[in-house]
Amino acid sequence: MPMQQHGTDTAARTAHIIETLRGLEGPLLPILHEVQEAFGHVPAEAVPVIAEALNLSRAEVHGVVTFYHDFRRQPAGRHVLKLCQAEACQSMGAHGVAAMVSHALGVALGETSADGAVTLEPVYCLGLCACAPAAMLDGEPMGRLDAAAVREIADEVRR
Amino acid sequence: MMPVIYIPADSGAMALGAGRVARAFEEELFRRGIEAKFVRNGSRGLYFLEPMVEVETAAGRFAYGPVRAGDVPSLLDAGLLDGSDRHSLFLGETDKIPFLARQTRLTFARCGVIDPLSLDDYRAHGGLAGLEKAAALPPLEIVRIVTDSGLRGRGGAGFPTGIKWKTVHDAGADRKYIVCNADEGDSASFADRMIMEGDPFVLIEGMAIAAIATGAQKGFVYIRSEYPHAVAVMREAIRVATAGGVLGPSVLGSGHAFDIEVRVGAGAYVCGEETSLLNSLEGKRGVVRAKPPLPALEGLFGKPTVVNNVISLASVPIILDKGAAFYKDFGMGRSRGTIPIQIAGNVRRGGLFEAAFGLTLGEIVEDIAGGTASDRPIKAVQVGGPLGAYFPPALFDTPFDYEAFAAKDGLIGHAGITVFDDTADMLAMAKFAFSFCAIESCGKCTPCRIGAVRGAETLEKVEAGIRREENLALVAELCETMKFGSLCALGGFTPYPVMSAITHFPEDFAPRPRAEAAE
Repeated sequence: MPMQQHGTDTAARTAHIIETLRGLEGPLLPILHEVQEAFGHVPAEAVPVIAEALNLSRAEVHGVVTFYHDFRRQPAGRHVLKLCQAEACQSMGAHGVAAMVSHALGVALGETSADGAVTLEPVYCLGLCACAPAAMLDGEPMGRLDAAAVREIADEVRR
Repeated sequence: MMPVIYIPADSGAMALGAGRVARAFEEELFRRGIEAKFVRNGSRGLYFLEPMVEVETAAGRFAYGPVRAGDVPSLLDAGLLDGSDRHSLFLGETDKIPFLARQTRLTFARCGVIDPLSLDDYRAHGGLAGLEKAAALPPLEIVRIVTDSGLRGRGGAGFPTGIKWKTVHDAGADRKYIVCNADEGDSASFADRMIMEGDPFVLIEGMAIAAIATGAQKGFVYIRSEYPHAVAVMREAIRVATAGGVLGPSVLGSGHAFDIEVRVGAGAYVCGEETSLLNSLEGKRGVVRAKPPLPALEGLFGKPTVVNNVISLASVPIILDKGAAFYKDFGMGRSRGTIPIQIAGNVRRGGLFEAAFGLTLGEIVEDIAGGTASDRPIKAVQVGGPLGAYFPPALFDTPFDYEAFAAKDGLIGHAGITVFDDTADMLAMAKFAFSFCAIESCGKCTPCRIGAVRGAETLEKVEAGIRREENLALVAELCETMKFGSLCALGGFTPYPVMSAITHFPEDFAPRPRAEAAE
């Protein structure tokens, strides 16, 4: 069955990731980062495999996955745009930029667009506070966002 | 000599287009058949001039900026490779740019100057001199020097670094750790990021000195996930340092074994608190631990652990190299040495300004930063990140010093400052402080977990004009509870931005209809 095939595949790939990292001191976060890198999120099927290998309860692993903002339980859009909403960016109009971006992409902060093109995430500081308002598109930093930059971002994610 | 062109690969410079500028230079020089050497340096911290391109000539190092990719052909036509002044973007000799010339660069002496990943370049600019001295000293002598220098934790708490090291040194254990807190989550802070991207070896050197002083075998650099470039540079720097014998089984041939590993956070602000960070490193939820036991005695995996901020550790090599007295000579009162002030938000000249303690807030924001970018009057300056107080212009005579800020019900924290112009709504900022605390609370203690939510709700009532006086009194009482009842600084310091906003900007908490009528 395709579903089961998928589940087994997830478990096998997760087990492989665990093997490469279990020698680390405190390996859970590195493992979760690698799992998310491999699958785009932390699949529910991966949790019991990790728990078993590290001699933890599923609840403990679940607790860690859900504690940290970074770990997703569903895949993100093809692009991830992180928009800084912290104080330094607010002082330079981050709220207005967020409204422009939301409107241009047709997606609210914290959501993924219906076509799966982009996930828009609020973040609290990217360390680009002297280049505010700032954002990060697929890991690339962007500063001094204005209307023109927002149009460029919209073109990029719709390409 | 072949011209050397410096184009920063620092995240801030990249955010402003340094990558496109570098490509434009490569293409244009190739087209013209000119050979040049490129160095992707860190940033000098002059973000108002980034991307800032420098060229090294026989006559010195000259800067141009802010450069856009489209400026490259005209810059080359005007003789950039010879350091010519015939272009409007010419800034002169880099070291003579006023914003830089007025600084005292000790911790950031090499940042933006050298190739971040060249150990030879690092040595040529005075690197490893501190570690070489430390390797020849008895551990307690290193601890004494750091204590005598007056260095206090630059992460925000301001605890004397030497005393922390002494506790770890004295603790008997089969294994000890040096943990570098690089979870720089405070808005307006980017000094840690700049060091990791621009001079990573100075952090490695500082950690190795801490290891020799305390007898630690293993180090971790816990970097927030919002800093992917810093993570990549630190990992590569550790690889280079290990290959070069700076790390590994015998640090610089001293016989001390010390290794460092980079760990990446996962988007939890509270993990900047040292005990949450330790839990996170252990693979647990990043909840705060009650103290005691102190991490210095029972830290990572229950072992004695030094937890220091990036800047604290990066300041140690120069203290060992030049001596405690040299460092202590800078500063005022009990705040000794230099502090990298990060000027952010609505300012004309934003960036990193390292200076001895003692500049007044007014000098920093009006003189050095040149006022607001929007050309409007300054209304408020938040000092020390999201848990720092908002200062009105009436308090601009406050000197940058731990005790002076505490006396004005504020804190210098990690020395990040955010400037707001007169369009800022301080009730909204106070509400944001509570909301941020609610989003980031680890949930362990009640004052923070519940208090932050109730605080935001109560300020919403004030905003709506519902029993204004009564609800403001309730917020003040709630802030007392959070301040004294929270386990860590997240809940404990959220009252700083809230109460300072209420105290210094009462007009923003006055009934709204009147405020509108006044406009």
